[in-house]
Parts: sequence; C-alpha cells; structure tokens
Amino acid sequence: MDIKSMKNYLYWLYCQFELITCSYLMEPWEKVLFYTFNVSMLVMVAYTAYIFFPVHISTAFQFCLHLFGSQHENTVSVVK
Amino acid sequence: MELSAKKTFIEHFEQAPMYVAVLTFVGFGVGTVFGYLRDFMRAWGLEKRNVAQEREQQKDFVPLYQDFENFYTRNLYVRIRDNWNRPICSVPGPQFDLMERVTDDYNWTFRFTGRTIKNVINMGSYNYLGFAETDPNALKTVAKELQRYGTGICSTRQEMGTLDKHVELENLVAKFLGVEDAMVFGMGFATNSMNIPALVGKGCLILSDELNHTSLVLGARLSGATIRIFKHNNMQSLEKLLRDAIVYGQPRSRRAWRKIIILVEGIYSMEGSIVRLPEIVSLKNKYKAYLYLDEAHSIGAVGATGRGVVEYFGMNPNDVDVLMGTFTKSFGAAGGYIAGKKGLVDFLRTHSHSAVYATSMCPPVAEQIIRAMKCLMGLDGTTQGLQRVRQLGKNTRYFRRRLHEMGFIIYGNDDSPVVPLLLYMPGKIGAFARRMLEKNIGVVVVGFPATPITESRARFCVSAAHTREMLDTVLNALDELGDFLHLKYSRYSKSSHPELYEETRFEFED
Repeated sequence: MDIKSMKNYLYWLYCQFELITCSYLMEPWEKVLFYTFNVSMLVMVAYTAYIFFPVHISTAFQFCLHLFGSQHENTVSVVK
Repeated sequence: MELSAKKTFIEHFEQAPMYVAVLTFVGFGVGTVFGYLRDFMRAWGLEKRNVAQEREQQKDFVPLYQDFENFYTRNLYVRIRDNWNRPICSVPGPQFDLMERVTDDYNWTFRFTGRTIKNVINMGSYNYLGFAETDPNALKTVAKELQRYGTGICSTRQEMGTLDKHVELENLVAKFLGVEDAMVFGMGFATNSMNIPALVGKGCLILSDELNHTSLVLGARLSGATIRIFKHNNMQSLEKLLRDAIVYGQPRSRRAWRKIIILVEGIYSMEGSIVRLPEIVSLKNKYKAYLYLDEAHSIGAVGATGRGVVEYFGMNPNDVDVLMGTFTKSFGAAGGYIAGKKGLVDFLRTHSHSAVYATSMCPPVAEQIIRAMKCLMGLDGTTQGLQRVRQLGKNTRYFRRRLHEMGFIIYGNDDSPVVPLLLYMPGKIGAFARRMLEKNIGVVVVGFPATPITESRARFCVSAAHTREMLDTVLNALDELGDFLHLKYSRYSKSSHPELYEETRFEFED
C-alpha cells in the first residue's frame, strides 16, 4: 500500500506542476517542447553541481582554515 | 429604526500566501512565452491561422490586433474557451440541462454532439429567489396576460408604449420600496447607461466606486461629467475626494460643481461585498452630495423582507436620492427601474433617452414582475415570498460557513448570496470548471479582464431554490476538488478562535 500511496502522491505532484505552469492547457507538441526544455535545464544544473560542488567545498574549507590559521600566527608573534 | 437592523458588518478579503502570487506569475509567464511562440509560428506560416487578422491589402496600415488584449485572447483565453458561452436548453432554475459541445481543434471551433446533459446543478445563474420557474400554477397570470396583450409593444414609452400594466407595475415598485414614484425600463443595463446622462452633465462631478459595473461606467462617461474614482468601499478615500471637490471646485475656473453625485452598488457582483450605506449617507448629508444606488444584485436578495440594502441597514429609503435596480436577478424577468421622489421620476419620464427612444417592457414580463413582487410583499395571500427570502438567507449563511470551514479563500460579506472563491492560477481556472462539469455542477469562472490579473475566481450564486441536498452535493464536490487542485489557501480556517480571523468589524449603535 505504501507504493500505491507514494505513486498517488507523485501523480498529484505532477498534476500540481501541470496546473501551476499552465502545461495543462498546452497542446501535446507544446508539452513535449516545454518538458524537454525543463528536463534539459535540470540535467545541466545537476551536472554542473556534480562537477563543481566538491571543488567549491574544499576551496571554501581551505580558505576558512587559512583565515583562522594566519590569525593565530599573528597574535603569537606580537606577544613574543 | 427598524428592529431588523444589522448590528455587525463582517467582510473578508484575505490575501493568499506570497508563494501563490509568485506561482501565478510563473504560470502567466509560461503562457506568455508560448503565446509569443505561437504568434511567431502563425506569422511565419508554420501553423494554420484561426485568428482574426487583417486582410492582405491592410497589412501596411496601423495594426489592429497587436495590443495586449488581443494577444491574451488568442493565446490564453482560447485555450480554456470551452468553459464559457455554454448553451443551455432549459429554464435556469436550480438545475438545468446543458447541450454537450466538443471541440476537435483545441477550442477554435465547437460542434454539438446532439446529446443533452440533464440536471446539472446551477451555481451560476442570478436566480436568488428562485422565481425562474416553469410551474404552470405560478405562471397562470403571466399566461393570461400573454393571451391578452401578446408579446410586442412596438413603441416607446413616450409614444404609444405605456400600457396600464406599466402603470400598475410602477405603482407596485414604489409601494414595495417605500418611495413616492418609480419608472420601469425594458433593459437593466440600459437603465443605468441611459439615465445617468439625463441626471448629470458637463460641470457636474461623479464620484464612482473603483469596482462599479460597466453600465454605471458607461453611463458616467456618456454624460460628459468629470469622473473621479474612490477606492472600493473606502470611506476615507471618498471623504477626501468630497473635500477636495468642495474646496477646489472645477479644474480651471475654480467654480463650484453644479452637482456632486456618488455612484455605488448595493452588492458588488465580483467581490460579494456590500456597500457601507450608513457612512455614505452621513457623508452625503454632510457635504451636500447626491447618492445613486444601483441595487441590481441586492434587491430581493438582502434585507429581512427582501427590500434591499436600505432595509438591510435599517435606513429610510428617502436617504437615497436615486434608487435603481434590475428585475433580471431576483425577479426572474428582465428590465430595470429607477425610483425616488416624484419630481425626479417625472423628470426622467420626459428627459431619459430610454423613455424617448427605447421600446418599453413587454406585458408578460411586466406581469411576471408583478406576480413576483406581490408574492414577496405577501399580497397574494401566502407567506411564500418571505419564506423564499428566509431560505436564501439560510442557504447563503450555510454555504459560506461550510466553505470557510473547509479552508477556501472566500471574498465578501457574510450575508451576500454572491460567493467568489479564489482560484488565482490560470491553469486552475480551466481545470476547475471542467471537473465541476464532469461532476454535473455548472459554475461560472472569471479570469483576467473582469478581475485583477492575479485574482481569478469562481463565482457561486446561491439561490433560494437550492435544497440542502444540492448544496451538500456541491460542497462535497468542492471539498474533493479543493484537495485535488490544492485550492485551500486560507490560513484562517474558521475554528473556535474568532479573534484569529482576518476581518473588518463595525458595530453600530442603534
């Protein structure tokens, strides 16, 4: 039953998407065009995230480390 | 003061959550983008052109169909056009029969299959008191007058078109409203548009509500007077305009205005709100202006005995200078009336365009109004009229309460039989109307030009002829559909905490 209610919920979500973006009103070829555009946009965003996400995270982490590390160094040298 | 004066004035105009407005614009954005795409394809011949367009020889002239309204019509309206102009083939009572229509080319053309869909519950007709009926007993006098007078008048009021039926009807209307005299016209829209020019002219000032009906706007524009608009039902805005008008006078000469007239409606049919009559009357008395009250939707529908907003607020009909109304909504007929002091009505008999040029009301229709009005006043010996008014009040309160409890956003006053249910998104307008028809319920949905672009709605008109079972059927269907289409946006579902309700409350001392 969980699968069935999950499927119903997904169908309901799909209907909401159709209503909100007016694709419920479109003719079939317009729907194909619209969905192709949407899916391709999503795929591109996902691919970009996949490629650049780890690099961005590690760069940000290193930057934070550098910031805290250098500060510690400076205070120690002044006191000395 | 009457015993039945209303003590509290509760109106709701709840705003939907922000994401709803954003998603509505997303929907319109997508629709517009595809509209441009389709226009491009039509212009370059990639698609058959079904739209109105100029002839070849006129291609170099000023373009006719490039403005936003035409763009909207051919790209967005046509997609859901099957929800409007549906032909019915029975009396528009609490239920009616519909002719089935299908389209083969996405609403550009329709064809009838020949089948009729029977007993569709009617939530769209202005049949407030249920006088749109075919019962032969009820229509006995109408049939008799039809045989006596025929159907045509073939003349205007001032020539040979005044019958004894008109005199009888006018006396009855005056008695019903409690004024000195009344005059009836053949068409409700024409009553407004042809009589306002007779009452005001150049050098007069018209203060008109933001959401007034087209007939009032047309009449105001035809008159040639200066028109200023005040915010809907907003007394501060009206008072500011009145004060500015009296202090500054006419625009360049600074002379006093010849006349200042305030145009308002009893019930506004797109919002379901009722006019704040006591405040307007006190303002008009203070600043010496005139008041023109259009009771098209409120006559017969509000008030303890159905005499309109004047009775609803417990006021004297002499407070309003010009009482106007129509017989189309609560009386099951056609036409309009203007009532007031005898001097006013006598003036209109000679100076109104409608009296001079328009054909007068036909006798069977006049008889239908006479019998409906006699029924309402109790002059036919039964209490049927009062029962109808009470039934309408009960149905209205029940319907509105249940809709509030379910969590829909409803606009308007708690006592108005016009119930707008907000849909917001353009995609949902079509889905809502089609699915309701599948469940055998006929509704009227309204979209952009008639309402603001983000506030499309479904408008229900409760009738005294609806039984509790019919209303329950409709409410259950709405519940189901509300869950499926996700329409229950209200954040203030009616519960045991009335102080959390977004409302405006006014308590009157009486």
